Amino acid sequence: MPSIIKPSIPLIPLAKNDLGLTIRNYEGSMSTLCAGCGHDSITAAIIRSFFEMSLPPERIAKISGIGCSSKTPTYFVSGAHGFNSVHGRMPSIATGANAANRSSIYIGISGDGDSLSIGAGQLVHAIRRNVDMVYLIENNGVYGLTKGQFSATADVGSRAKKGKANKVTPIDPALLAISLGASFVARSFSGDKEQLVPILKAAISHRGFALIDVISPCVQFNNHNGSTKSYSYVREHELKDIETSYVGEFSEITADLTQGNLTSVTLHDGSEVVFRSLPAGYDSHSRESAIAYINGAVARNEIPTGLLFIDEQAPDMHQVLETTSEALVDLSYESLCPGGGQLEKFNQSFK
Amino acid sequence: MMASFGNQSTNADWLDSLPLSGLGKVNEFAIKFANVNGTGSASANNLVLKAIFRMGVPVSGKNLFPSNIQGLPTWFEIRVSESGFTARSSSPDIVVAMNPQTYRDDIVSIKPGGALLYDSSWPLSSDFERSDVLNVGVPLSRLCSEKFPDPRQRVLLRNVSYVGAVSGLIDLDYQILSELLNETFHSNPKLQKSNQIALEIGYQYVKESYVTPLPIRLEVRDLNAGKILIDGNTAISLGCVYAGATVAAWYPITPATSVSENFESLCERLRTVELSNPDGTVSNVKNFAVLQAEDEMAALGMVIGASWAGARAFTSTSGPGISLMNELLGLGYYAEIPAVIFDIQRTGPSTGMPTRVQQSDILLSAYASHGDTKHILLFPGNPNECFQFAVKAFDLADHFQTPVIVLSDLDIGMNDWVADEFTWDANYEWDRGRILGQEELSKIAKFQRYSDQDEEYVTSRTLPGKDSKGAFFTRGSGHDQFGNYTESPEDYIKVMERLLNKHKASVNWIPEPIVRIRDKAAIGVITIGSCEPAVLEALDHFEKDGIEMDYLRIRGFPFHQSVKSFIEDHEQTLVVEQNRDAQLRSLLILELGIDPNLLMSVLSYGGFPLTSDDVLTRAKRILKGWDRCPR
Ligand SMILES: Cc1ncc(C[n+]2csc(CCOP(=O)(O)OP(=O)(O)O)c2C)c(N)n1
Ligand code: SF4
Ligand SMILES: [Mg+2]
Repeated sequence: MPSIIKPSIPLIPLAKNDLGLTIRNYEGSMSTLCAGCGHDSITAAIIRSFFEMSLPPERIAKISGIGCSSKTPTYFVSGAHGFNSVHGRMPSIATGANAANRSSIYIGISGDGDSLSIGAGQLVHAIRRNVDMVYLIENNGVYGLTKGQFSATADVGSRAKKGKANKVTPIDPALLAISLGASFVARSFSGDKEQLVPILKAAISHRGFALIDVISPCVQFNNHNGSTKSYSYVREHELKDIETSYVGEFSEITADLTQGNLTSVTLHDGSEVVFRSLPAGYDSHSRESAIAYINGAVARNEIPTGLLFIDEQAPDMHQVLETTSEALVDLSYESLCPGGGQLEKFNQSFK
Repeated sequence: MMASFGNQSTNADWLDSLPLSGLGKVNEFAIKFANVNGTGSASANNLVLKAIFRMGVPVSGKNLFPSNIQGLPTWFEIRVSESGFTARSSSPDIVVAMNPQTYRDDIVSIKPGGALLYDSSWPLSSDFERSDVLNVGVPLSRLCSEKFPDPRQRVLLRNVSYVGAVSGLIDLDYQILSELLNETFHSNPKLQKSNQIALEIGYQYVKESYVTPLPIRLEVRDLNAGKILIDGNTAISLGCVYAGATVAAWYPITPATSVSENFESLCERLRTVELSNPDGTVSNVKNFAVLQAEDEMAALGMVIGASWAGARAFTSTSGPGISLMNELLGLGYYAEIPAVIFDIQRTGPSTGMPTRVQQSDILLSAYASHGDTKHILLFPGNPNECFQFAVKAFDLADHFQTPVIVLSDLDIGMNDWVADEFTWDANYEWDRGRILGQEELSKIAKFQRYSDQDEEYVTSRTLPGKDSKGAFFTRGSGHDQFGNYTESPEDYIKVMERLLNKHKASVNWIPEPIVRIRDKAAIGVITIGSCEPAVLEALDHFEKDGIEMDYLRIRGFPFHQSVKSFIEDHEQTLVVEQNRDAQLRSLLILELGIDPNLLMSVLSYGGFPLTSDDVLTRAKRILKGWDRCPR
């Protein structure tokens, strides 16, 4: 599969963002995924979010593992450095990169196989470290790239294309992340850009590990009747009681977001997440509340989506490590080498 | 006071009965301390080591410890050698037997004419009697329980008391020991006092009860001027600080743990900067990040991520960890990302013997990962090289944009060696390799990651977060010279051939081997890493027997052509290494195209540091079978 360069056909003049860039500046090379693959819709939502937030492309770092989902970083922001690493190891690569250069904006793209089977160990620990990054699981319930084997998110009873039912209990990435102490946990659906875009923006603004589990149907291997990750099944079973809007630091708050008793959370960079709707008694800062809600929905065969949990105050990896606010990669050699005089002192201490 | 002598009456008798081998051993002997681990003996034994060092006599200490926290046998062997032979000695002249579990073997191991120091609070069973050895009984437990009421303290202080006894017996400078104790406990006067008392009890007892010093003894010299006593792991961590490394990611494993732990504590001291906040408070910020990873895959992943972002980053590990790192080593190699890996080798395969030494990761490291790979390796042979090669590893990794593995081992890493004082070249500049910044990028039309190779087959890279003109896609999947995904045979091969050439080109930066040439020697000896002291001592023995051999120690891979000429210049070459399968020999044959008949193996891989006897007995056996052997 050669990578395909997109033809640049100028149509009507495109809108520009605060940096004077158009949406084309946030695109990458042409996708080589199957037509209709959920992952492509997620790519589109990422492009829109980055464009609308006016993120400087050079500040973005895209990191992924291996899988159809992990191929997608080539399909957005060609002006950003990308790293398509090895299967299941994206979290450690992102952790190291973030440790070295905290001034980039990190987006990690992974699949349900990449994150919850081979890479489960690394995901778990990236959550615990609260690495400042957006972590997307493009969740289709199967291993797309190796042709349709069940993944660890396949529901019990969900049927494979050839009819076999899955009998092993699934891992719910949102529940997993919330119980591990993640500071931002959301679920969305690749078919619902209106929900996904504000969640993505909030995740980018959030300081800390922002996990978004995006159900993303695999049209090739898991979109048939009997699958619980097909477009139609997700549409029918989605529970969308939690709805959010994102208000950038300098954006104006629209009238519909100022009314009455809407709750909102101010994020690290001054932007706000406004909860337009919440189930009665739901507390987005309470892990218990979120876990009970998700478990209740799952028992009713529903798929709860939205921004499920947030702790915008949790210290991120750098705060825990007490690293300097400057990126470590920008420190001069002179500031790092203790010099010959200090070495002389060491010599004396080994006498 | 006249002591009970166990099974011996006076040491005057012993002196008369001495086989001569024990006589006149001034500054040329070995002491073995046999202890139970977890009883605090290590600090007492180190006290002896350091005091001998301060007396100006060359010395080494080998800690033979179990993979256990408390209750198992542990030994500490000190080799004293005025003539500078500080390899492990195969049998001790003096044994300090503090572990009843191993009494029998410990006593058997003493050289005839040597001495045994034991705790005579209880009689020594006649089973253990050796008439050719002086039995020095000191009632350490009884003496300590008379002085120290607290039972835990008593156990610890008993160790210091045997140090006092050793001091009296072999003229180990009492003043120096006393100073060392004061230095150790400078912040706790109470402990200082009880330790001094413990030292004195042991010392006084032997002075009053025995004719001292023994003929096996120390004399002050001035042979350690300009020297330090240091372990290789500390040297590596210092090297990492001086190299400007800012990110370390690691997973705990013996014997590599102290590399990263030391690095962290050094950075806490040297790289923590005080910042005054606007509100008048002061906060400390750190110019480094140490990440204790969840496993070694994550550790190397973090290092690769950090290096990709532009930091100097490293991990420290040992056998099981390097096994786990294989896939990521392939990624670093193929995607051309710098990374520095310190492998402090221990005994494999599998968990093996975690606290024992081996040099058995050579082949694995040279070709680590699936697919065709070849890595740059450095083989330090002592703490000085650990320090220098640590810095060099970062330069090589950055310069050649590839993982560099430094293969140290447990003997160098965890034991104290006498080393030259470390020096630092004030003109050193780090070599970050070909990184294009904004200015360079502005001068070119388009950046392509893998196309502008130089004469060393290195292409230029860019760092994320700087300039979108330098943006490219790093991938471990098939890529062409522009960095694009490819499945085309030609494009794939082009990159793979360049990588092979790049590895070859790196040889000019690899430390040259250490070579010692005798006049017209027919036999050459090649070795590696921590084998050096034992091999040089063995060669000395051979020379005394009239057999001269040339010597070469390899310090890096790819190999220099001079290694090949060395082999070809000799009728036979012995390759001394610490593994079962002759890994260094195999690598030499494979990579230099050497006729296998020219290389004979001297292998010792039981897990204890190499002794000259190990080398001698095996080398003699081999040479006996070789019809061209001179003699
Ligand atoms: C170590 C290793 N084992 C197996 C593979 C083969 N492999 C490639 S992608 C993949 C599964 C990907 O599944 P997922 O992460 O769910 O991504 P999707 O293709 O479904 O988007 C596997 C098993 C590999 N690349 N590396
Ligand atoms: S196989 Fe499935 S996941 Fe992969 S590209 Fe096709 S539809 Fe998408
Ligand atoms: Mg999948």
